Amino acid sequence: MKILNIIIAVAAGLIVLLGYFFRIPAIDDLRGQLLNWAVTLSGVAGLIAILNLIFGVHWKRVKEKHERRGASLVIIISFAVTLVAGIFLGPSSPGFQKLVTHVQVPIESSLMALLAISLVVASLKILQRHRSWMGFVFFLCVVLFLILNSGVLAFTSEIPVLRDFLSAFHHAPVAGARGILLGIALGSLAAGIRVMIGSDRPYNG
Amino acid sequence: MTAWDVIGFLLVLATAAGIIIFSSKQVRGKYPALFRKIPAITRLKRAVGLSVEDGSRVHVTLGKADLTEAANTSTLVGLSALHSIGQLSANSDQPPICTSGDGGFALLSKDVLRAVAMETNTREYYDPDLGYLSGATPFSYALGALDALEESGAKTNVLIGNFGVEAGWLTGNAEKHAQFTLAASDSLVAQAVFMATSQDFVIGEELYAVPAYLAYRPAHIASLRVQDILRFLVGGALLIGALLKSLGLL
Repeated sequence: MKILNIIIAVAAGLIVLLGYFFRIPAIDDLRGQLLNWAVTLSGVAGLIAILNLIFGVHWKRVKEKHERRGASLVIIISFAVTLVAGIFLGPSSPGFQKLVTHVQVPIESSLMALLAISLVVASLKILQRHRSWMGFVFFLCVVLFLILNSGVLAFTSEIPVLRDFLSAFHHAPVAGARGILLGIALGSLAAGIRVMIGSDRPYNG
Repeated sequence: MTAWDVIGFLLVLATAAGIIIFSSKQVRGKYPALFRKIPAITRLKRAVGLSVEDGSRVHVTLGKADLTEAANTSTLVGLSALHSIGQLSANSDQPPICTSGDGGFALLSKDVLRAVAMETNTREYYDPDLGYLSGATPFSYALGALDALEESGAKTNVLIGNFGVEAGWLTGNAEKHAQFTLAASDSLVAQAVFMATSQDFVIGEELYAVPAYLAYRPAHIASLRVQDILRFLVGGALLIGALLKSLGLL
């Protein structure tokens, strides 16, 4: 059974990859079909995982009279209301959208605002947290780019030497980000191929 | 088929061939792997050991990448890390707990925990509810993961996968509950957040080295070697390109 799982997974991976490189109609069709199945399966997995969260975690807390059963009950009721509204009104109906935008968006915006403050505090504490050259360089960069992007140095656009010098500084983060992204791309390639050829299996069957 | 398609296909073939060759026993014996020290991962191993000693759990959270997205390789690495951490903590009666922000990965995490329980003969401690989706949106996921961390009493917290700015909630608040937090992500935003909010983190491609550093598996070590070779090739190509451009030949 395990071997069959590996064969199916490897074959599906190879077909999708070949369909990406070779524009052969038969492979392309098969690839499209496999990707459609993957999207459907992912949706079903999402539904199962949400039901597991509701019954396996929150309902369990309510049943076992956990100290946070109040919060769990609110989650279960919210889930039921959203599910019923989604089924009867349809996810794209204005009523359902209103329900989502008037509840979820304000909550997430408030969380984002709180997070912004937390990150500012964390940035102020960075030298305390990282007492190394890396922490010091990061701190200097944060201060430098805050000043550069604040517009305080806008007058330098009329001084050719200074303008070129600061323009070079503006390119530094792009170069750094590209370096990191290249490393991540190579890591992703190796990790993806490891799974595709069956050397690494996050599925066990 | 364009020239870029051919180059891409050859790169994929070369990478696959490299992983297979470097995984072989002969090559491994002839050229043993040399690891440079990554202090954050060394501290993670120590923290997992301490968790086993004091009978607390390890919490692994896999981020919010979708199973059908291209950004999910970091989460696949997270699953490998979960497998290795599960094996490292097999002596404990408290198996790791895993939260994720995607249904597909939540099911895979259950599968990994089950596989660890079978391999380490600790089936009596296996609980399918130890791997679950903590929230379907980024913020609900982060808050659910924090709740799981607090609830489970985990002293070691590992964030590995694809995160956004919500990672700030996880690392910022995790320190109140966990004694050790390792943060790793393929996202530039999350890496910047980790730098500001976490003591132990890995940058860039070091994320892909975590499973190889946690447990000796030929495929992981082979893929690190292939990554190194590809990095030298890409670096060389960039240098030659820059040189040719400076000389006006490109």
